[in-house]
Amino acid sequence: MVAATKFQSSYHYGFIDEATKKEIRRKTLKAVCIPGYQVPYSSPEMPISRGWGTGGLHLTLTLIGKSDVLKIIDQGSDASVNACHLRRFVQMMADCAVTFDTAQATIIQSRHRVPEEILTNRQILVLQVPQPEVLRGVERFEARTRQMHGEADYSKIWVSLYEAYVRFGATMRGSGYPIKVNRRYITTPSPIPRWDTPNLSMAHCLYLFGAGREKRIQAIPPHTPVEPLEFEDVKFRVEEFAGIRCSVSGESRAFMDEIFNGEGHRRHVINDSNFLDKLTSGERPPQRVFVNS
Amino acid sequence: MGYVAVKGGQDAIANANELVEYYRLKGRTEPVRLDQVKTQFRLAIDRAMGEGSLYAPEHAALALIQVEGDSFEAAFHLRAYRTTLERRYYSEVMNTREMIVERRISSTFREIPGGQILGPTRDYSMRLLEPALLQQSLGSIDTFLEKVQGYLEPEKLHGITTFGKVIDLFQAEGIITRETQEGDNRRVVDVTREAIKFPAPRSAVLQMLARAETGGLMCMGYSTMRGFAVGHGTIGELRVGRVPLRVVDARGRRRYLGRIKVTECEMVGGAAKRRAAKRGEKNGRSSSKERPTLSVGYGLCFGQNETKAICMGMVDTALRSPDPLSPASSQEFVLHHTECVEGYGFTNHLKLPHYVTFQSELDNIRRVVKAGEQKPQAVTG
Repeated sequence: MVAATKFQSSYHYGFIDEATKKEIRRKTLKAVCIPGYQVPYSSPEMPISRGWGTGGLHLTLTLIGKSDVLKIIDQGSDASVNACHLRRFVQMMADCAVTFDTAQATIIQSRHRVPEEILTNRQILVLQVPQPEVLRGVERFEARTRQMHGEADYSKIWVSLYEAYVRFGATMRGSGYPIKVNRRYITTPSPIPRWDTPNLSMAHCLYLFGAGREKRIQAIPPHTPVEPLEFEDVKFRVEEFAGIRCSVSGESRAFMDEIFNGEGHRRHVINDSNFLDKLTSGERPPQRVFVNS
Repeated sequence: MGYVAVKGGQDAIANANELVEYYRLKGRTEPVRLDQVKTQFRLAIDRAMGEGSLYAPEHAALALIQVEGDSFEAAFHLRAYRTTLERRYYSEVMNTREMIVERRISSTFREIPGGQILGPTRDYSMRLLEPALLQQSLGSIDTFLEKVQGYLEPEKLHGITTFGKVIDLFQAEGIITRETQEGDNRRVVDVTREAIKFPAPRSAVLQMLARAETGGLMCMGYSTMRGFAVGHGTIGELRVGRVPLRVVDARGRRRYLGRIKVTECEMVGGAAKRRAAKRGEKNGRSSSKERPTLSVGYGLCFGQNETKAICMGMVDTALRSPDPLSPASSQEFVLHHTECVEGYGFTNHLKLPHYVTFQSELDNIRRVVKAGEQKPQAVTG
């Protein structure tokens, strides 16, 4: 029979073994040194499925200490089932405080949203990335895209934007709008809505991007210029919520969720759950809002 | 509002976890014991260890019990457990010529030195359900074991140790070469500690294939025989058995760790022949160096998983003749898409909410429709 010692019941701090944590930290530093460059890393399997935030977990679990305050959101919400799940896992493994308050958090892990509230220089935003390769849509092979990045050969993605404009009258890029980081690498900021894209530029906080399944880390360090791809005459535009107000707070300047009730009637609610909570309690957190020209 | 909603999510998770455990147990039968799974679900364990990339039969058995036999989940649990373990050693190169063979067949020759050994296989069993199994008891099992053990002749057993390999025959004749391909990267990478880069060195390719999902790899291997790559290879040798494993410790001493069971397959084919012939034509003559050779595709995986080892051999051959028109001949296609934990995870991530990204797309479509410049072909709800 199997000896009882064979099955361990406790885990190393931060789950991942120490040597691999070190390796991930080194790769993260490299990513910060080369803004927008995709750094390959070991990406060990986590007890959470690939595609559910493993890259974010690698970054969070290698950065975190017991004094950190963690916030995890999914689609802008602290309440999302996946956010609850990841929060509980990190809390179990890192023994840290957790919060829903954007301003209180030292590390925020997010899927598909940058919080509305302006982040400060003592905060790190960790974004979960499903597909780090912005050129994948125009070039399917990794060996080629790495070369294209090396040579700053971005003609194919420019052409794809132009072609979409010719066909539809708009660049038709939804979330994860392609950006140029620090005037060098074109990359994707993970599938955040275009609404959030301008907030990546010249921010006070550090943005880290973890793509677990694809084994890549990227960073946008503080005060780094980030430009969405646009033409002289066809400008980048954020989502428009013209004439729309949040049915809970009555506010209009935030990314909105569209909610349908049974009779096909629809209303809108501010997507960022903590931002909405603050508005309804009478606070007005600082916000940077981009206005379409 | 925030707090209540979060509480809701947490409760939902707790309830779902409890409910799935309830479904596992609601039949109210005796709990399946670890030693039962370990001994009677041998092949499921071998598969989980191979795909889970961790040779740990008890852990694999526990995983299988916990996940109600789902092969993807079992491999996933082993992989996650693996992350908590430090890599302290790399083993010395395993020598499969040292294998204590349980089963060994070759399709290239009618007879091979040492003989064909059918061994434990279901290949020639009739796939008929066996209601008699329902009558089995420990008593009847004992009777059966005694009968089988009665066939053994201990003095003969000692004579059998290891076997030479079938490909040694080809090598002696000079129709396969030990030469590596030009530009072959000989560095041994560790795909569990660094991200794979393309073109991937052969060590990375073989590691990825050895960890690949059996069904996914079979899809690739099968496609090579149906016109999507080099063609129908022949099994030079397929062997199953236990191979000793050694490491060199910090003081430089070789340490014997024990034996692990593996399946090894050498697929013999004509790919190298074709390439060598082409090169000969180009030069307008055929020098002795360029004479045709057989290619050998190599497959190796944990435990007894012959389908996987054979398919790995076929895919290895296919990958060495890159061809954009055959999926099995493209490294990126094969290696990324047969990776079980990644494929399984990402496929299931579709169940996560995507309403922010969807809203962003909807905004584009609505704006374009409104502008009335040109209608996109598919506008829905």
